Amino acid sequence: MKFVDEYRDPEAVRRAAARVIGRATRTWRVMEVCGGQTHSIVESGLDELLGDAVELLHGPGCPVCVTPAPVLDRAIALAGRDDVTLASFGDMLRVPGSGGDLFGARARGADVRVVYSPLDALRLAEELPDREVVFLAVGFETTAPAVAGALRAARARGTENFSVLVAHVRVPPALRAIRAAPECGVDAFLAAGHVCTVMGTGEYAPLVRELRVPIVVTGFEPLDLLQGAALAVEQLERGESRVEIQYDRAVRPEGNPDARALLDEVFRISDREWRGIGVVPGGGLSLGEAYRAFDAEHRFADTTPITASRDASPHPACHAGEVLRGVMRPPACPHFGTQCTPERPLGAPMVSSEGACAAYYRYRLADPVEEVAAR
Amino acid sequence: MCLAVPGQVIEVAHEEGLRSARVDFGGVRQRVCLETLPHARPGDWILVHAGFALQILDEEAARQVLAWAAGSPPDAS
Repeated sequence: MKFVDEYRDPEAVRRAAARVIGRATRTWRVMEVCGGQTHSIVESGLDELLGDAVELLHGPGCPVCVTPAPVLDRAIALAGRDDVTLASFGDMLRVPGSGGDLFGARARGADVRVVYSPLDALRLAEELPDREVVFLAVGFETTAPAVAGALRAARARGTENFSVLVAHVRVPPALRAIRAAPECGVDAFLAAGHVCTVMGTGEYAPLVRELRVPIVVTGFEPLDLLQGAALAVEQLERGESRVEIQYDRAVRPEGNPDARALLDEVFRISDREWRGIGVVPGGGLSLGEAYRAFDAEHRFADTTPITASRDASPHPACHAGEVLRGVMRPPACPHFGTQCTPERPLGAPMVSSEGACAAYYRYRLADPVEEVAAR
Repeated sequence: MCLAVPGQVIEVAHEEGLRSARVDFGGVRQRVCLETLPHARPGDWILVHAGFALQILDEEAARQVLAWAAGSPPDAS
């Protein structure tokens, strides 16, 4: 596929890795923010190619992974209503709440649908006028414009049986939280390319001044990630901390003004709980006053979330928090590949197709069953 | 989840009251909402996420990454 395959050429990748290594005089710890980047790194073995020059730390950039149990508990409770059809992206169905997941709710008879686009959920509402269709909206700034677009269309068309349970998260405040943590060892961030395709780099300039780390907006293919690492290493070697855009085929400094205007129309910035990190000030989006009528929390305020435990992690043994903060590598977890597998996950990073644990399980255990048996 | 897929705009239209486009993804054609990218035109390569267009891809910038990886010019970045 054009704009994809040419960035994966193995020989070019090896040469580019050698260039990064040639510029580093010590080991630099660079965190890639987005789960899509993590998967690309682990799949193509970039962490191994970079040797001691760059230690890649995997960040929290998997919206499915950071959605906390109370959001799932509320979604499961809504799905349990006789009048509700609950729709979301496929990965959300297996994310554990405090007492179960949406797949379990579906098995018990709830109407739970998987959609590709929030517009599909809106169409579903229009096809099912006698039901309340609730879209569970997760995702970073990349995904929020699609949800905003569906909401603006719903309002314009007067589709009253459509509403949204909003769990959107924003990247910049999470970088601040990670950098502020006492165990943080991050020298530079590779920022999530598609988040900045929408938002641009305006929010990151104050952040580099405050955090004093280079932030390189980076793409998702192996050559993108290596060039991002090279730019970060060059800044670190010179003692600089600036915002740079590696992924300039898709990222303009101003982002996408139409998408940003849509976000401003529909959402407002709010505090939000992230699984593994806690409540992040300004870490999420909620519906603005003009769209309050479409807020599922408001519309179904009488439906109480089913909370089995106060613990944000469904399983006390799960180390998801440390993995999401980049403090623990998935293979270092005592339950990785044994008690915890994609089929029987203890926590969200093993569930999501972009979770760091799932990436290591899929790409680093050549024959998962055999390797685990040998451990 | 932030995966976005490149595709080429075939035609632009209005459907269901929304600006939209028919987009070719390596031979598979799908409808994409252009409310987030109203100035996209036929022939443009765009990035698509969750059914919405996010940006027009800059082909010159795309080549720069490959030039950097090839090692010439030395500081294409």
